[in-house]
Amino acid sequence: MTSTIIDFENVTKEYPDGTVAIEDISFSVEEGTTTVFVGPSGCGKTTTMKLVNRLEELTSGKIYYDGQEIRSLDKIDLRRNIGYVIQEIGLFDHMTVAENVGMVPTLLEWDRARIDDRVDELLDLMDLPAETYRDQHPMELSGGQRQRVGVARALAADPDVMLMDEPFGALDPITREKLQDEFLEIQAQIDKTILFVTHDIDEALKMGDKIAIYRNGQIVQYDTPKEILTNPANDFVREFIGSDRLIKELKFMTAGDVMDETADVTGKTLSELGAAGVEFARNGQGYLTVERSETTHVALMKIYEGHVEGVLVTEGEEVVGTVTEADLKRNLSEGR
Amino acid sequence: MQLSVPYVSFFVERFDEILALTVEHVEIIAVAMGLAIPIGVTVGVLISFNERVASTVIWLTGIMMTIPSIALFGLLIPVLGIGSPPVIFALVMYSQLPIVRNTYTGISQVADAQTEVGEGMGMTRKQRLRYVQLPIALPVIMAGLRNAVIIIVGVAAIGAFIGAGGLGDLIFKGIRLQNMNMIVVTTVVLSLLALTLDYGLGVVEQLLRLHNGEEIERAKLTHAIWSVIA
Repeated sequence: MTSTIIDFENVTKEYPDGTVAIEDISFSVEEGTTTVFVGPSGCGKTTTMKLVNRLEELTSGKIYYDGQEIRSLDKIDLRRNIGYVIQEIGLFDHMTVAENVGMVPTLLEWDRARIDDRVDELLDLMDLPAETYRDQHPMELSGGQRQRVGVARALAADPDVMLMDEPFGALDPITREKLQDEFLEIQAQIDKTILFVTHDIDEALKMGDKIAIYRNGQIVQYDTPKEILTNPANDFVREFIGSDRLIKELKFMTAGDVMDETADVTGKTLSELGAAGVEFARNGQGYLTVERSETTHVALMKIYEGHVEGVLVTEGEEVVGTVTEADLKRNLSEGR
Repeated sequence: MQLSVPYVSFFVERFDEILALTVEHVEIIAVAMGLAIPIGVTVGVLISFNERVASTVIWLTGIMMTIPSIALFGLLIPVLGIGSPPVIFALVMYSQLPIVRNTYTGISQVADAQTEVGEGMGMTRKQRLRYVQLPIALPVIMAGLRNAVIIIVGVAAIGAFIGAGGLGDLIFKGIRLQNMNMIVVTTVVLSLLALTLDYGLGVVEQLLRLHNGEEIERAKLTHAIWSVIA
């Protein structure tokens, strides 16, 4: 049984000038998951995040942090328990990397040695060797390195929850993708509850366990990436996902998701198939295979490039299923 | 060349006296700055919380600067007597405009995103000042101090008129005795003093910028000191 750590109950935020930033929003975030808020700019996604660490105060409704109404908690304590990452400007340029990373522990009055150890540990985790980087200033680093420092800083006091506001927004596409992958790996190790804001649906699909799609201050769909891709709630969501929705599905679903496990090749090894003279998925070069965790996009490319009717899905040496063009068609939402 | 000979001989003959008065002059400035900095920086920080108050206060410090020093001494003598107290009081007043203005500007130019991140990390208002706003503003504040020092080196000379001592003594004496050598040499020493202080504080300002990780063109002395400490 998973428990929720952040709950929004009919939350509305209205600014003094009458602008309604978010209206009557309710959702729950499970502990240890990543929830992505995505939508066009000005839709209220950043406001939602700032309500959690009380950089903004809500107008009506209730927000619970670990079961407690956040207005009953001390603002300063609450913020020190929540990691906060924003675009690279968020680093303090006048401090060294180590001073940046050690900031929250400093505020929490840890002793010097403990802060130093923690800083070194985090820099190493972020692939920034401490002895090289701790005394540098943020301006001496590349955009990607700065962003890593930002993540390390947010992790410093080992918070349960991390708020990340377009953390990879200012990076070039290649660096962004690299950092996303690294971050997914790190997240698998640290197991934090993460609220993540982005305007990029691809990033949302990649990073999120759950995605909240915003429009004009309201959540139009709150679901798993798979549900959002295969069952968009309305035309807005469909349009937001984009005209390449099928490609996104292909890149999102794995061979394991769509494979046919009933084919008679399952359970055998490739050499056994070769010995039995099975022609399925074989061309001049041999059998075409994909790993269970590889995407359907890869499977489809292999099918087309290899001029075969389907590919074998393998796990180690063993064949665990098959994927054919027909399997793909059946599983992609348009084919239903 | 010949023209400068009497100046040089005057300087050599009266070296001890000039040195003593220079030290006295520096003392007056040091005491005045010692009072002016905490006052000015505190005011600058306080007014950064309210824009309307800020423009009023900065305007007032500007007005203070327009009061002629002689008139100000005249107004202060009945209250503080003669000698250095009224002069130091006046110097503190004159230095407020650059110090207050630069503190205020330095703090207000800190990007909102930076203070908001500090807030989001759980810094109290005081901690935001200590860790974010003041360190970033420090080079700008330093430039204000530099400005203030240059202004009051000159004003302090006039303070000799009401018995505060310092290099002004020799200038007034030179005027009374119509001793051109005395006036010229003292003025040159006074200018050199101002230039030295300006350069020294400029170096401090650059060191602060370097400490903040800024890329700047360094003066020779800055470079030398930085390569020793960094």
